[in-house]
Formats: sequence, C-alpha cells, structure tokens
Amino acid sequence: MIRIESVTKRYPDGTVAVDRLSLEIPDRSITVLVGPSGCGKTTTLRMINRMVEPSEGTILLDGQDIQRQPVTTLRRSMGYVIQNAGLFQHRTIVDNIATVPRMLGWGRQKARARAAELMERVGLDAALAKRYPYQLSGGQQQRVGVARALAADPPVLLMDEPFSAVDPVVRKGLQDELLRIQDELGKTIVFVTHDIDEAIKLGTMVAVLRTGGHLAQYAPPAELLAGPADAFVEDFLGGDRGIRRLSFFPSGALELTAGPVIPLDATAEQIAAPDAPFLLVTDADGRPLGWSEPGDLAAGDIRPDRLLSHGRPFVPGTDSLRVALDCAVLSPTGWAVAVDTDGKVTGVVSQQTIGEAIRSAHAAGRAHDEVAG
Amino acid sequence: MSDYLHDFFDIPSDLQHSWLGLIGLHLREALLPVAAGLLLALPIAQLCVRFRWLYPPVLGVTTVLYAIPSLAFFVVLIDYTGQSELTVMIPLAVYSLVVLVPAIVDGVRSVSEETLAAATAMGFGPVRRYFQVQLPIAVPAIIAGLRVATVSSVSLVSVGMLIGNQGALGNLLHDAQIYNRPELTWNSVITTALLAIVLDALLVLVRVLLTPWMPNRPTRRRPAPALEDAAR
Ligand SMILES: Nc1ncnc2c1ncn2[C@@H]1O[C@H](COP(=O)(O)OP(=O)(O)OP(=O)(O)O)[C@@H](O)[C@H]1O
Ligand SMILES: [Mg+2]
Repeated sequence: MIRIESVTKRYPDGTVAVDRLSLEIPDRSITVLVGPSGCGKTTTLRMINRMVEPSEGTILLDGQDIQRQPVTTLRRSMGYVIQNAGLFQHRTIVDNIATVPRMLGWGRQKARARAAELMERVGLDAALAKRYPYQLSGGQQQRVGVARALAADPPVLLMDEPFSAVDPVVRKGLQDELLRIQDELGKTIVFVTHDIDEAIKLGTMVAVLRTGGHLAQYAPPAELLAGPADAFVEDFLGGDRGIRRLSFFPSGALELTAGPVIPLDATAEQIAAPDAPFLLVTDADGRPLGWSEPGDLAAGDIRPDRLLSHGRPFVPGTDSLRVALDCAVLSPTGWAVAVDTDGKVTGVVSQQTIGEAIRSAHAAGRAHDEVAG
Repeated sequence: MSDYLHDFFDIPSDLQHSWLGLIGLHLREALLPVAAGLLLALPIAQLCVRFRWLYPPVLGVTTVLYAIPSLAFFVVLIDYTGQSELTVMIPLAVYSLVVLVPAIVDGVRSVSEETLAAATAMGFGPVRRYFQVQLPIAVPAIIAGLRVATVSSVSLVSVGMLIGNQGALGNLLHDAQIYNRPELTWNSVITTALLAIVLDALLVLVRVLLTPWMPNRPTRRRPAPALEDAAR
C-alpha cells in the first residue's frame, strides 16, 4: 500500500502545487487522481517515485518511507507511463520495452523474450518488434509505453494521462485493454487524468483534487456520482451524473416480459393474444428481427424487411441499467430488448419498468448509506 | 592534353610533397582541428545544457571568435606558435568549436520532455541518461554541425599558404603565381572542392548508418551560425 501522509509541495518559485495531501492508495487496484489542469496531479504522482521531492510530509510504500531506499531502486520498482509514451526514438520497440530489464542486468536474450511476451500482452503484433517508434501510430506507441512500464514486473504502475493524446476510439480500446491487463496482473496503479469519465470508468477509488492541490473528495466512483462532497465536485462531475451513475446499477433484477415476443411463423392467435401495442418478432433461433404493430402482421406472411429496427439489445446481468435505459431510449417502440449471451431474446422491458428499477436502486443506495453512516 | 594533365599533377619540388602528399597534409590540417573542436564542444555544450544561464554568454563569446577573420587570427598566433601547422589549426579548431557548441546544445535540447521524464522514471542517472539517451538523439544535429565545420575547415586550410606555406593544397596557389603555372591554381581549387564534397558525403553516410531510427524525410535542422567564410 502507498500512504501519502500530509504531503505538501512548494516549488522554488513559491507555487504550492500540493497542499497537505493525505491519501491511502490500496494495493492491486486502480486509484485515479482527477482534477482540473494545474491542480497538482502530476506533482503528486511524481512525488511517489521521487522525481519530485515533497517539501513536507512523508510517503510510505508498504510501511517504509520512500526516502529510505536508493532512488533508482525505487524507480525501477515502479513502472511509469506518460502522455505521448515518451519512447526512446533511437531504439527499436523491443529495445524500448527491454530497457529496465537490461538495466537490472538481465541478459539480452532473456530481456528480449520478456519484451516479446509483453508485446503480446498489450496487444501489439510481434512484427512491430524491430520497428522504430516513428513507424508506429499514437495508439501503438502508447501500448509500447505500457509494455515498457510493465517489463520488469514492478508492483506499482504510475500513469500520467497516458491516453489523453489519442483519439476517443483508440482511447476506449486502450482503457479496456488496461482493465483487462489489470484483471490479469493485479498491479497497484495510480492513474492521473483530467477526464472524469475516464476516472469513473477505470477507478476503483477516485481522488478529486482542486486547484492548489487540495483533496476535494476521495471515494469509489459510484459513491462520487451519488453524493458529491461539495459544489466543486458536483460541477466537475458534469450535468449528467445521474445517468452516468446508472452504470453502477446492475440490470439483472429487471422484470422482463416475454409476452410480446412472437416467432416469425406465428399463427394468427399468437399475433392477437399478447394485447400489446408492439410485438417483437424473432427468427427460428430466437434472435430478434424487429418490432411491428400487431395490425400490420399477417400470420404465415411476416416480412422481416417490413419490421421496425429492434435497436441494440442488452444482456441482463452483464450490462448496467444505464445500457438497458439507453436501449429503451433508442428503441423506436420505447421497449428495450433483452438477450442472453448467445443473442437469443429472453424478453423485453419498457422504459417505465426500467424507471421503476432505477428508483428502487436509488432507494436501496440511500438505505445502504443510512446503515453505513 | 596529356601534357596538360602531366603539368597539372607536376607539383613543384619546393612544396616537398606529391599531389597525394598534399592531400594527406590538407586532410590532417583540416580534420584534426574539427576533431579537437568536437572534443572540446561536447563538455562545453553539456555545461550549457546543464546550466541554462551559461549558454547565452558562451554563444556570445563564440560568435565574436567566429567573427575574427582567419588571417588576423594567424597573424596574432604567429608570435606564439611561429609559422607552423599549429598556427593554422588552432583557429580552425576554434571555428569548429563555435559551430559545434550550438549544434550539440540544440540537438541535446531537442530531446522531448517526455522522453527525459521517462528515462528518469526508469531509473537512469544523469550520466547514463546523457550518454544513452540525449547524445544518441542529438547525433543528427551534431553531424549537421560537423558537416559545416568540416567543409569550412577544408576551405580555410588554404589560407595557411600566407603564413610560410602552411596551406597544404593552398600552397599551390602561391606556386602558380611565382612559376606562372595557372594549371596549379585549378589543381588547388578543384582538389580542395572535391575533398570537401567527399568528406561531406562521408558524413552524410555516417549519419545514415548511425540513425536508422530517423524518419526518411529528415526534419531540417537550423544551421549553426551562418557561413561567413567569404569574409575570410
Ligand atoms: N517545476 C515547477 N516549478 C514551478 N511550478 C511548477 C513546477 N511544476 C509544476 N508547477 C506548478 O504547480 C502546479 C501543479 O502542477 P502539476 O503539473 O502538478 O499540475 P497537473 O494537475 O498535473 O496539471 P495538468 O492537468 O495540466 O497536467 C501548477 O500551478 C504548475 O504551474
Ligand atoms: Mg499533469
């Protein structure tokens, strides 16, 4: 565990970048530092590997003052990933990744084998190994940056806005990849970003910093969205935090109905029976084809190309209430289609039912808070 | 024609060298100063990078040195080093130094903040970081400086003719005049130019071999202090 204890950083010009910050960073999880530009995120991160020395206070790593060990040993036990990757432009990709193992005295062969293994882990084609950084896209360079930081298998990973210089699609891919790698490796990651959505997506814990290096709130993302500590945090979270909070509510408990679901070869009775304004037609395998009003359907002659799009389906249990609501909002009928992991329809659910689920989830959250508080 | 060619390569005996011998002499007088300049420039540039405030005064002093015409330099030095090769080579070393210091400083400074931070974060000490990161990345800039220094050094050696025939190929100019043999002038001019071109090409080759990591379209580097050789 990393413990930041009442740390202050005053730069020589008098700027107080961090002001009496205390933070407990749990092991094997992602802790995100988020806040507006200039609030001291980078400074805080760099104090952990002593690229910046605190003016006051101490930082403990597994109970040991980080000042007590040689600075290079400390740094080599912490991977560091930055914006634009900061790759060595004069070294090939494998050599970039093998840098720290080589410095630790590994043989060339072993270091390169390790680099190859890491390239695979971060999703880089082995054919890129002999290339130079200028021959890679920004997203690929960033993957190399992550691989390089992981090379000597350090327990701690420090990441300073690693994904902010790539386009949103690539960024999403890199974020998903990081979560996957974290599932496999379980590092202690301190992640800096100014993007609150990224913080909420990646963080196990999120520390919101305010200009001047004050800690505004330190909480798991769901708690942050549910109860911002003050106006600053609320403002920083943005206008649609209610919607975003739904990401943390599971959709497994939604009450589905299979009534309005009929097969492509439905009989006239099957079409008339449900007494619903819309019917969802499925194919022989039970996959959704589309919506229709019962009056537009003729038994024995249902034409898939005449149906209304069924929109994106959601998977109860896997997807959140936010996804379920999104599906319902996007559906032309206002009903969301639920499928199992094979894509077979398990039922449909109305916006109204989802709304009720949201209200009861909120109520449960409040009850939990009251018990906890 | 063959007579002319014969005369062309018939070097008067007072120069005490064959044509090839003159070339060897010229190379030595031109390249030793560049090498000395480089050896001195590396630590000076490193100091300028380390202590930023040092760079402007160093740049000022070197620019003033660069502005001294070579002939004036020679004349001053004759009092100390006589009419020797050293008298020719010292100013050339100074000119090389003047070209190379800013080239190296700019090159080392061109290493991005992120790359430096990444190196530090990986546990590179300052010395290792300088030799394994900053200097290799500065190679294209250093070689660009070396090209300027080498070519101007090759052309300036000839001026040494004026101080007791220490100008290697330049001495042919003097002999051309006293023996009234214009072909020797041509020999001097053409051979010097060829030497400069060949050395320049060699440096480009070295650059290409040392920097497989450069994009094919090299980014143009700002040339070091403008060539004022015409003034000399
Ligand atoms: N070396 C320095 N000398 C003086 N002041 C500095 C130095 N580095 C940072 N600062 C100041 O300290 C404050 C915090 O800087 P820091 O880089 O930690 O912010 P940040 O939260 O990482 O911002 P950003 O999101 O823009 O990267 C800023 O006001 C900055 O100007
Ligand atoms: Mg920053």
